Parts: sequence; C-alpha cells; structure tokens
Amino acid sequence: MTTDNPTKAKQEAWYEIVLRVLKSNDVSLITYVPDKVLAPLIKALHADPYFNVIAPAREEEAIGIITGSYMAGLRGITLMQTSGFATLANVLASLAVPFQIPVLMMISERGTLGEFQVGQAIVCRTMRPVLDTLGIENYAIERLNDVEFIVDNMIKQAFATQAPAAMILSPLLTKRSAKN
Amino acid sequence: MTNLIRPSGSRENALIMNRFDLTKRLVSKLHAKEAVIGGIGNNNFDLWANGQRPENFYMLGSMGLTIPIAFGVALAQPARRVFALEGDGSLLMQLGALGTVARSSIKNLTMIVFDNGMYQITGKQPTLTDSCVDLVSIAQGSGITQSCWAKDEAHFEQLIDEALTKDGPHFIATRIDDKTPVASTDRDPVKIRLGFMQALSLNQ
Repeated sequence: MTTDNPTKAKQEAWYEIVLRVLKSNDVSLITYVPDKVLAPLIKALHADPYFNVIAPAREEEAIGIITGSYMAGLRGITLMQTSGFATLANVLASLAVPFQIPVLMMISERGTLGEFQVGQAIVCRTMRPVLDTLGIENYAIERLNDVEFIVDNMIKQAFATQAPAAMILSPLLTKRSAKN
Repeated sequence: MTNLIRPSGSRENALIMNRFDLTKRLVSKLHAKEAVIGGIGNNNFDLWANGQRPENFYMLGSMGLTIPIAFGVALAQPARRVFALEGDGSLLMQLGALGTVARSSIKNLTMIVFDNGMYQITGKQPTLTDSCVDLVSIAQGSGITQSCWAKDEAHFEQLIDEALTKDGPHFIATRIDDKTPVASTDRDPVKIRLGFMQALSLNQ
C-alpha cells in the first residue's frame, strides 16, 4: 500500500499503536507473562526506556505488582495469554474488584479461530464468563482501526472509575494483521 | 539438618518468638513514613493491633500477593522504604515472587516472614516449613543475598536496623508461636485503599 509512495507514513502495527497509547496515558510499568502473539509488543516495550518492564513468574504476581504501584502513584498494565487469565479469578475477586483498583489487563486470546491445543480451546471459554461474573469491563479488539480507540478509552475509563479492565486481543486482529 | 555455622542461621536454631511482639518492635522503629503491607489474616491483624499507621495496607484476600504488592509500592516510590509482612503458608504459594524481587535489585524493599509452620487461621494444619522447607534457603537460592533467620528478638531488631539503613532487598525470617492475634482488622477494602493512598500522598 505504501510502496507507491515511500514518503507516506507506514501504517502502524497494532503493537505500535498500543505502545503509543500506553505512553500517552502515563502507563509506564509493564508486567507480563509471555505469549507468542504478544512477543512483538513485549520486544518493543523492552526496547523503549520509557517503560519499566518486569516479567514475574505468574500472572497473579503481575497483578499484585501493578496493584501496589497504582496505590503509590505509578500506572501499570499486565500482559498475558488466555490460559494465564484463567489463574486470576481469586485475586481479581479479592483484591482488584473489592479494593477498586484500576488493574489494566491486555489478554492475547488463544483457544479460538484456529486453535490446535484442546486445553487452550477449553480454558478460553472460561474467560468471558469470569470477567462478566466479576463485573469487569471487557472488550475484544478485532480490527486495526479500533486499537487506538478501544485501548485509549478503556484505560481512561479504568482510572476514572477505579475499576479493572480487560482488553482482549482477538485473533481477528493479531492473526490477520500478521499476514498483511 | 546440621547447618549450624551459616551466617544466615537456620530455622531450627531460631528462637520461637511472637508475631504481635515482633510487629511492635518493627513499628517502633518506623519514623520516616515507611509503607507496611500486611499479609492476609493474622499478619495484618497484628499489624492493625499495633496502631493503624496510615502507611499500612491490610490485604484481605489474594493470599500470596503481599510481596508483589509491596514490590509495586517500592517500585513506584523509590525514596520510601517498604516492608512486606508475610506468613509461611502465604509465601509458599508464590515463591516465584522472591526471584522477581531479586532480579529487580530493588533497594527499598524488606520482606519479613512470620513462620509458625502452620496454617494457623484455618485450624493449625502443618505447612511445608514444619517438615522440610527452609524459607531462607529458598530466598537465597532465588538470588536474595541478604536473607537471614532472626536468632532472637535482639537480632530481629538488629536486622530491622540494617533494613532501615542499608540497600535491599532484605529478607528476614522469624519463627513464631501460635498465639492468636491481638485484634482483628476492619474489613473495608475501599477505606483501606483510600487511607493508604492518602498517606502516600496520592489520593487520586
């Protein structure tokens, strides 16, 4: 698309948009448990000195760290995969929700639209019921054009309303854009 | 086990002390608005009973997350010293947190473990430390070089003095008895959070 006109700005990838929107919202602490889909975002975050990037052993730990940092004035986000989210019901129910902590979660959705691991396909089905049962705002990002709007507004709402938020990276976004 | 002369001490040679008393000794040394994160149950009950400092945070659930929460506070405010009060059963649930802390080389975090070898609040069922697990060895193996058993109350106070003056991270393990906590924390999560954030001057 841009080959005809090299001076025209290159289309940003989803992870470049996410990085830019995190910055514009002062979210500088990143905690993550890795995932293949998240890998380009994780790489870009590590490469940018604006971000303090921490990779704990478990998703629970990652949530605990950004909870502490929020209460002390530093905004953070946790990146994880669907199966990692499945380990979080207790800490979301006993820490993030009742203490009204704007825990930001970005979840790479595995288990649907071409999954090959049966366990991933099964655990994926628990994600939205858990989020909905706990009353946690959640949106799946399916198109590149929506990345900025959804991420920016979910972050702003989370801090404005002191509530956790789950941004789900759908394969419609991550699988398709990888092939473009 | 025969590790008698290790500078970090050993669990079996540590005096069995009392959680309320040790918490009191800690709190009496805090004069610079240090943050204290009280772990689930008895740990934050005895912290609460020791004066309800505004810089205290009382964790009501999320067993195992005391150290990660304290680590997050310490990351956000490097000029403030932060203490995590954790139990043996809770720490056993989240041992990876020790490596996360060690890798960060965070200077202003001290982790204190009250180890009575039991899940006291649920009926005194034994934890792994009651038989074969040594939490100081695990902390050292995770990369926290300043890890030590407190031999007695005087040694505990000495270790706290070091934590208040020297760069961390510090890991202090204590053996405690099974006395019930002196009081019980008011369970109002939002009030706890807002009070803590206000004390850290960031009530946003």
